[in-house]
Amino acid sequence: MADSLFKIFRGDRNSGELVEYKVPIAPGMVVLDALHYIQAHQAPDLAVRWNCKAGKCGSCSAEVNGRPRLTCKTRVDALPLTAPITVKPMRTFPVIKDLVTDVSWNYRVNRKIPPFTPAPDTEWKMFQRDIDRVQEFRKCIECFLCQNVCHVLRDHEKKEQFGGPRFYVRIAGLDMHPLDSLSRTKLLNEDLGIGLCNITKCCTEVCPEDIHITDNAIIPLKERVVDDYYDPVRWFLRKIRKQ
Amino acid sequence: MTAKYETHEHDVLIIGAGGAGLRAAIEALGQGASVAVVCKSLLGKAHTVMAEGGIAAAMANVDQADDWPTHFRDTLRGGKFLNNWRMAQLHAQESPERVRELEQWGALFDRTDAGEILQRAFGGHTFKRLCHVGDRTGLELIRTLQDRGIHLGIDVFMECAITRLLKDGDRVVGAFGYWRENGRFVVFKAKSVVIATGGIGKAWRITSNSWEYTGDGMALAYDAGAELMDMEFVQFHPTGMVWPPGVQGILVTEAVRGEGGILTNKDGERFMARYDPEKMDLSTRDVVARAIYTEVREGRGTEHGGAYLDISHKPAEYVKRKLPSMYHQFRELADVDITTGPMEVGPTCHYMMGGIRVDAETSQTTVPGLFAVGEVAAGLHGANRLGGNSLSDLLVFGRRAGLSAAQQARRVGPSTIDSAEIEEAEGEILAPFERPDGFSPYEIHQQLQETMQNYVGIFRNEEDLKKGISEIRRLKDHAAQVRVEGSRLFNPGWHLARDLKAMLTVSEAVALSALERKESRGAHSRIDYPDYDEMWGRQNSVVVRAMDEMKLRQQPVPEMPAELKSILEAK
Repeated sequence: MADSLFKIFRGDRNSGELVEYKVPIAPGMVVLDALHYIQAHQAPDLAVRWNCKAGKCGSCSAEVNGRPRLTCKTRVDALPLTAPITVKPMRTFPVIKDLVTDVSWNYRVNRKIPPFTPAPDTEWKMFQRDIDRVQEFRKCIECFLCQNVCHVLRDHEKKEQFGGPRFYVRIAGLDMHPLDSLSRTKLLNEDLGIGLCNITKCCTEVCPEDIHITDNAIIPLKERVVDDYYDPVRWFLRKIRKQ
Repeated sequence: MTAKYETHEHDVLIIGAGGAGLRAAIEALGQGASVAVVCKSLLGKAHTVMAEGGIAAAMANVDQADDWPTHFRDTLRGGKFLNNWRMAQLHAQESPERVRELEQWGALFDRTDAGEILQRAFGGHTFKRLCHVGDRTGLELIRTLQDRGIHLGIDVFMECAITRLLKDGDRVVGAFGYWRENGRFVVFKAKSVVIATGGIGKAWRITSNSWEYTGDGMALAYDAGAELMDMEFVQFHPTGMVWPPGVQGILVTEAVRGEGGILTNKDGERFMARYDPEKMDLSTRDVVARAIYTEVREGRGTEHGGAYLDISHKPAEYVKRKLPSMYHQFRELADVDITTGPMEVGPTCHYMMGGIRVDAETSQTTVPGLFAVGEVAAGLHGANRLGGNSLSDLLVFGRRAGLSAAQQARRVGPSTIDSAEIEEAEGEILAPFERPDGFSPYEIHQQLQETMQNYVGIFRNEEDLKKGISEIRRLKDHAAQVRVEGSRLFNPGWHLARDLKAMLTVSEAVALSALERKESRGAHSRIDYPDYDEMWGRQNSVVVRAMDEMKLRQQPVPEMPAELKSILEAK
């Protein structure tokens, strides 16, 4: 069986380097398989986050040959075998060790978002056509790849002013829920800085769940923010329609 | 207690943040308790996230004849009557309310034309009963509970592994563990401790389970003196992926068959007609898993040693809408388009029916202060679990466990934690760093997986089980001499060394219980005892620790009241 050469980031918060490992390639192998092989045979302390290995939990995000990917869904045979395969941690988050990053900031942002809040006298009837869009948002597996590529976070470090695509998707899922009664536009505009997004669609490109983050979540939310802030009539109309 | 350790104190400590742990946390908070949830992974990544098919609840939105007695009867028939009747009754009665509650917390299930929660068919369920969201129901469940819990104020301790329960006399009063990130130690003090750590599938080579499923909770409880029950009943899901090698074992949801998928062998024969002509492809999991295994063994398997599962007779758009993750999984990992051709599938270790013995009403274990809930607990599913009955189990008994744990926390007085016990726990967990040489945890794990796969698999016999037990004991000796390289900073080899200990404990309990039960029932198939035995049908196996030895005994299955018996006899 042919070997493939991997160059994997080994290091911590302070320093690190790419270390080479040779891995025998099996049919259908994914990058996460290779990382496990390296752990079992060459580097038992290689730090990797993973859980389901089936693309459902969003734990094993990394940058493979410079592209943000779930390593459990990245086939080795889809990568050029002429050059070494590089695997690095997500750049937007601080490294803890090797491929494991500190993503706790995301959990702090999530806490800021007011939960689903139905009106007190809600009748629990919903139709599929009314929830299709929201179900798309709820597919999110929180791999944080969208956060990782968003240049507002990646290049401009605006974590304190910006929520990031993951949480715009989450808010869209709440605000567009047919039985939710809150508006979260103030939060979006003032605390989570949705105005900083200039819709380059990098997030949509890397989403392993194929969520149309920009078109279906961010743009409609931006429109709601504009409406609420600059068009009082529409703000009032939506308010009464929701209740 | 010594100030040397980072210490957190709560009324209720919950170990595990899957559906059961989170539902318990929400309930305990609702009772006014302070609640800590500790989990090995990041929040929201627990195994519940992988549940695909749905939540079983007799809501009768699609089949109006459905009701709790029918669900109760299906569950007992599926479990071959070894189930705890009271758990099965509570489960069938309470699960519709638990699903409605989830919807009121923001979960969005697929809908019927009338705007109700849609329900689908599943193996062993008489009616269309599984409330679902495509094939990602578990994600919906965990996200809903997670967000609700966060906003109610659970203290979540992520990427923290518990290695020992701490006791004051007979009572469990806390737990000791380490942060995966930096290897530092932490002590949790609590008035009630709820174990919700899930299953043990990582002890087998072919499994649908994630790395976390190493039997931690069962081993913690066993070490603290709790009883393990029904350990011989390990569910092999009939349909895991078989090709390519790296994906072997990944789950192919039963919803494929629920939506009309058909199993065939390499000759194109619908072989289920020979194993269960009435229920066919939607027979119970134990039956379908054995059928596929037998087809392969007898030379009628597919190219890569499985059966064909085909849903391509349904419109492609329908398949993509109802089974989106299956569509992507096969397209991306196996180069198969399931809308145009069949999948190759075979059995994969999936679920543990056995576990910690608990009281049906309260989820209390036999150890004061200790509760257990979800897959880690035994009783509801008997000898075989029906698909969809796990998510409902998490919700129904998660709520009950949280309630009882909080109520107990109000009753108990102050306790002390013995610092000598903490130091012992610390010494044990650090020992692998100090050995100049020793065994690799990865090698021992691989050997354990081969052992369980080969000797404690779908079909069992005395000779294999005895070989398995002696092999497990040999590996236990090796595990006591395991060596770890590197530092305490996020070190997977070190983490595995510790998880191995739990896996070996539960593996031994499984093999011993399987050797003892001299009959075939549900998921436990003995080639040397192929039939039901009436005596064994009235006994649950119980494993308990006595002087560092595993002791087995039989516990009579609780007698069912007459009115429930009459439900079983109907139809």
